[in-house]
Amino acid sequence: MKAAQVTMETGAHAAALAVKSARVDVVPGYPITPQTSIMEAVAEMVENGELHARFIPVEGEHSAMAAAVAASAAGARVFTATSANGLLYMHEVLHMASGGRLPVVMCNVNRGIFAPWTLWADHQDSMAQRDTGWIQYHCSSNQEVFNTILQAFRVAEQINIPVMVNFDGFTISHCLMPLTVPPQEEIDRFLPPHEPEWRLDPAHPSSFSNVTNAPEYAPFRQMLSDDIMAAIPLVKQAAQEYKDITGMWDGDTIDTYRLEDAEVVAFAVNSMAAELRLSVDILREQGIKAGLLRPRLYLPFPAEDIINALPQNAQVMVLDRNYNFGHPGGILAAELKSVLFGRRNDITVKNRVMGIGGIDLTRRFMADEIRAMMDD
Amino acid sequence: MTTSIKQLPDIEQVLSGNGACGGCPATMGLRVVGKALGSNAIMLLTPSCAVASMGMTPKLGYNWPCINICFASAGSSASGITHAVEIMQEKGRLQGELPTVFTWTGDGGTYDIGFQALSAAAERNDNIIHFCYNNEAYSNTGVQRSGATPRGCFTTTTPTGKRQPKKNLALLMLEHNIPYVATANVAYPGDLYDKVVKAKNTPGTKYIEILAPCYLGWQFDMSETVQMSRAAVRCGAWLLWEAENGKINFNNPSARIISGKKAAEPVDEYLMNQGRFNRLLKGPDATQRIAEIQGDIDREIAFMRERAKITV
Ligand SMILES: Cc1ncc(C[n+]2csc(CCOP(=O)(O)OP(=O)(O)O)c2C)c(N)n1
Ligand code: SF4
Ligand SMILES: [Mg+2]
Repeated sequence: MKAAQVTMETGAHAAALAVKSARVDVVPGYPITPQTSIMEAVAEMVENGELHARFIPVEGEHSAMAAAVAASAAGARVFTATSANGLLYMHEVLHMASGGRLPVVMCNVNRGIFAPWTLWADHQDSMAQRDTGWIQYHCSSNQEVFNTILQAFRVAEQINIPVMVNFDGFTISHCLMPLTVPPQEEIDRFLPPHEPEWRLDPAHPSSFSNVTNAPEYAPFRQMLSDDIMAAIPLVKQAAQEYKDITGMWDGDTIDTYRLEDAEVVAFAVNSMAAELRLSVDILREQGIKAGLLRPRLYLPFPAEDIINALPQNAQVMVLDRNYNFGHPGGILAAELKSVLFGRRNDITVKNRVMGIGGIDLTRRFMADEIRAMMDD
Repeated sequence: MTTSIKQLPDIEQVLSGNGACGGCPATMGLRVVGKALGSNAIMLLTPSCAVASMGMTPKLGYNWPCINICFASAGSSASGITHAVEIMQEKGRLQGELPTVFTWTGDGGTYDIGFQALSAAAERNDNIIHFCYNNEAYSNTGVQRSGATPRGCFTTTTPTGKRQPKKNLALLMLEHNIPYVATANVAYPGDLYDKVVKAKNTPGTKYIEILAPCYLGWQFDMSETVQMSRAAVRCGAWLLWEAENGKINFNNPSARIISGKKAAEPVDEYLMNQGRFNRLLKGPDATQRIAEIQGDIDREIAFMRERAKITV
């Protein structure tokens, strides 16, 4: 058997390599910073024959997703990527992907949204798509981006729900880290070819996303709501089997660090959660029993896994890189409180918003914030 | 020679029992399109009368696999499907002849909200046929103006008659350098059939626009759809033409009007036979506003006559 290859790659290039490893068929794409490098890399791979796929250079993100859902309905394995305003521009079609039960996988490279313009990372873009019926992962390293895209295709195609793989602009998308690419035969074992139960097929004329009356519409929506919850065991299974085959592990629905005996738990997603491991070490050196809980899966929100993982009487410090407009604080804190309510009354939840528009989140800064939050 | 109506194949892709109005021009056009395309095709629809007519889930009145897509997306979604089936065939996952991928879209989904995606698909020359059945309004939402609504026309959003002329979208599509563009009309089914067959056998992006006088929006009796369609051609309000690789040819009766062998009928009678120009015809400035409409038609005939001479 061939050995895994280790090279230095940016997060964006790691994503493109995962697209190649997944043997994707169709990639509609439109540039937006900081996602552009994924599309450029995929276009290059298709052009030079490394990836046997079609790259469709569409004229905007609404069209990127519109081409993606239609190609998926035709039976192809489909990938696209975007950021910030591109993601917002897709909004209508995101609903078509989930409502149409089309297993598209998309990377969203997190970036703050207009107005005013910013190029830098925060999580308003992906979290604003909370109610579109997509599964959402949030990744904290280049390797996790690669691994998660493969896991995303598997989960998406198992339950016919689209999956968004999020990671931070620049911090992940443009920074080099060592990347292990497992041998193709391992990936093929993990991710079998896409064989949809149903596709647009002239031999079987049938309608897709046609007009419904309430008695048909309501069950479709209920099914989506039920099935997205059913993704949780599949996400765990995919993470476990990926580990069994490749030896790599990023957590399943959640990822934890020094959590077992923690009294103060940092709670955050994406690259800041990787940095928070170092903040936890700093706090531990200062005599504070700190730990980390990172939801790797944001949607469906892994409520049971979080409830089971939090130590007794912990203070949970939610560090939100987004605003929950109309409420004080951020979105993750609101989500967390809603699942703890009535289940874990021993837990205290505290919340600060930080890192908006790419403000640097260093280990020291976040350790200081967490210490200060203990007095909030 | 144009195929005659008697020579059209028996195959019916529009099944009986769909939800369209009696005398619906869009459905008549689709029936002829079905005869030309046959069953090996994939149909895309944007929100429109065609969707409202196709039958409610789980029933379907069109005998193709049909996908309803977002209103702005005919061009891009059709591109997605055509690339998907081509690559799946290349990879050995689809066998046999590739299906024709076609959109069946109103003037709203073509001239207005759908224009960006359509223009981009044409610029990429993706292998699709875009059909626009043009009823010169948003009929499905209760007859509002579109970019295809002619000057002077009443719609619910142009209560005193539209002040601007329509745009010539078929010509705009021609300027995308696509291999085939045609206009058609349900009163000339053989001409439409031949054009669809040509489009089906031409690789790349094809655009066919079918004038579809809708009794509801245009306000005439639903038994007169064909007469109204023919009247539009005879007065030159609708020109029948096709362009293969950029070269425009007019089809009869429009060819005779363009060459000057036969004068276009004055527009007055055409306008008077429809209710949608009533307010204008009864207004104090009727003469001037009819002259404006006639001016739009005369200008278009003169312009297309000259444009067709450019063959480089
Ligand atoms: C994004 C979006 N905006 C608006 C609508 C509402 N809508 C549905 S059909 C329609 C008009 C369709 O007009 P046209 O394409 O000319 O088709 P017709 O109804 O005339 O057959 C509109 C505005 C929609 N479905 N989606
Ligand atoms: S309103 Fe007009 S276009 Fe719509 S179904 Fe009726 S006749 Fe056809
Ligand atoms: Mg219309």
